Amino acid sequence: MRRTPAALVRAEPQPAHTIEFDGRPVPALPGQSIAAALWAEGILAWRTTRVGGRPRGAFCGIGVCFDCLATVNGRPNQRTCLLPAGPGDTVTTQEGHGRADLAV
Amino acid sequence: MPTSPSDPAAGYDLAVIGAGPAGLAAAVTAADLGLRCALLDAGPRTGGQYYRHPAPGLGATRPGRLHHGWRRYTALAARLAAHTLAGRVDHLAEHHVWTAERAGGWLLHATVGPAAERRASVRARAVLLATGAYERQLPFPGWTLPGVVTAGGAQAMLKSGLVLPGRRIVLAGSGPLLLAAASSLVGAGAEVPVVAEAADYLGYARRPGVPAAVPGKLAEGAVHAAALLRHRVRLLRRTAVVEAHGTDRVTGVTLARLDRDWRPLPGTGRRIACDALAVGHGLLPQIELATELGAETRRTPDGAFALRVDARQRTSLPGLWAAGETCGVGGADLALAEGELAAYAVAGRSPAAGLTGRRARLRAFAELMAAAHRPGPGWPGWLRPDTEVCRCEEVTAGRIGEAVDALGAGDARTVKLLTRAGMGWCQGRMCGSAVACLAGGPAAGPDSRPLAVPVPLGQLGRFGQPAGPGRSAGPQR
Ligand code: FES
Repeated sequence: MRRTPAALVRAEPQPAHTIEFDGRPVPALPGQSIAAALWAEGILAWRTTRVGGRPRGAFCGIGVCFDCLATVNGRPNQRTCLLPAGPGDTVTTQEGHGRADLAV
Repeated sequence: MPTSPSDPAAGYDLAVIGAGPAGLAAAVTAADLGLRCALLDAGPRTGGQYYRHPAPGLGATRPGRLHHGWRRYTALAARLAAHTLAGRVDHLAEHHVWTAERAGGWLLHATVGPAAERRASVRARAVLLATGAYERQLPFPGWTLPGVVTAGGAQAMLKSGLVLPGRRIVLAGSGPLLLAAASSLVGAGAEVPVVAEAADYLGYARRPGVPAAVPGKLAEGAVHAAALLRHRVRLLRRTAVVEAHGTDRVTGVTLARLDRDWRPLPGTGRRIACDALAVGHGLLPQIELATELGAETRRTPDGAFALRVDARQRTSLPGLWAAGETCGVGGADLALAEGELAAYAVAGRSPAAGLTGRRARLRAFAELMAAAHRPGPGWPGWLRPDTEVCRCEEVTAGRIGEAVDALGAGDARTVKLLTRAGMGWCQGRMCGSAVACLAGGPAAGPDSRPLAVPVPLGQLGRFGQPAGPGRSAGPQR
C-alpha cells in the first residue's frame, strides 16, 4: 500500500465536501482546516504581502505566525490554519493588508 | 454571543491554561484530589501540540501511529472524560486566554472560537500556566517562500489534517523535534532526503550520566533513528540550510557545513532539490501571560527565557503555578511529571513517591539538551542584506544592520522602534530571538507583550464591562 498520511492512521473519513478557492472548487474532508484542504490540493500560497506583494501560505500551522491569512466568506485576516473548512466556504487570496473592503 | 460568569463570586479552585501533556496531567490529578477545575485550551480538542490528533471527521482508526506514547494520552483523556461527566472539570475548548487579572484570586479573559468571535471570563483561586512552547526560527535567504514551513507546523498539519506540504521534504534546524518530525513525515509517505542538524550532538556526550538516567529518552531517540535508517534518511550534523531557492514556491535548498559557532564554511554549499522545507531551531517557552504579571524568569542553557519555579512548580507570584515547557523546554515526559507535581502542590498535598526524583532527572536531561542545541553565535553568517528577518513587516537584515550600525540602536527594543521588526501580526514570535541577536546579543529579559494572543479591538473596547448574560463559564453548583 502506498504510504500516505491517511494510510498511516488508517483513516476512514466522512465524505468530502467542497470549498471554493479563488473561484476553483477544492475538496475538504470534514474536520480539516482550510489550510489543510489547500495543502491537500498542492496549493501552498493564498496571500500576498503588503510591501513586496510576495506569496505566502501556512508557515507555523498552529496560529502563531499569521502567514496563512486569507479572506474567508468575505472576512479578511482569517488564520486558515485554525479555521475548519465548512461546506461551501469561499476563500480568496488576501492581497496586501487585507482591508480592501474595510470589513475589519 | 458574549459569555462570562454570571456570578462573579463563583469560581474554580484551579484554572489550567493549556490542555497539552502538562495541563492534562495537572487537571485530572487536581480533580482526583477533589479540586474543581477549569481546563482552558486554544484548540478544539485536548492534547496540545504534542498529542495533536486528527479531527473526528477524518476517521483515523489508528491515530496513535502519529505519536510516541499515545497510550498515555488516551489514559489521560479517559480520566478527563470521567471528571467532566462528574462535573469536576470543565473543558473550555477554543478559549484563547489573553490576559489574567488578580482579583482576590484570578480572573482570566479569553476570546472564544477560531475567529475570536466571542469572549469569556473565568474566575479561579489558583492558575496553572501550561501553555507549552512555540518554535524558534532563525531566518535565511528564501525562508519566506511558500513551501518553507516550520518543522512543528509540518507535524501539526500532518497530525490534525493528514496533509503534507510536499512530497520531497528537507528538514533542517536544530533540536530533537527535527528527528521526531522526520520520522512522522516519512511514515506518512514523504521522501525526506536529508535532515540537517546545525549542532553536532557532542553536547550530550559531555555528561553521559544524565541521559543514562532517563532511559525512556534514549529509547525514544532510538525509535526515531531506526525509522530514519529504514527510510534511508541522511542525518547531517553541523549542517544548515543557508538558502531556499524558488520564485513562487520552494524548489530546492542549499546546505552548507558549519563551524563550531554555526558560521557557514566557504565552499561547502551543495544544492538539493525538494518541494518543501521544514525548519526549526528548537522551542521557546510561551510565557507571556506570566511575564506580563511580573513573574520571575530564568535563562535556559539555549538562551531562551523560561519561568522560574520552585520544587513544587510555584512561580514567583502567589497563586500562579507553571508546568511543562513554560518552565524550560523538556518534552512530554517532563511535562506530565510537572503537571502532576503542580496539582499536588495546589491541592496542598505531598506528591506521589518518586515523582520529584523523576522530574529532577528529566529536567537535568532537558538542560543538557538545551545546551547541546543552543544556536551558535555565527548563524548570521548565512544572512544577506536582502534577507527578510521579520516576516510580518518584511524588514530585512540590511535594515536591521543599518539601525544598529548607522543609527546606533543597541538593543532589540530600539531596533524594533526604528524598523518595525517584530511589530506586526505575530508580535515578534517568529523573529524576536533573531532580531535580539542581530541587535547585539540576546535581550536582557523576555519580550514584553501586553496581550498574550490577538484580540479583536471590539472586544478590547468592552474590557472591564460585564460581558452580559450568557453561558456561565464559572462552576454551577
Ligand atoms: S500558519 Fe501560522 S498562523 Fe496559520
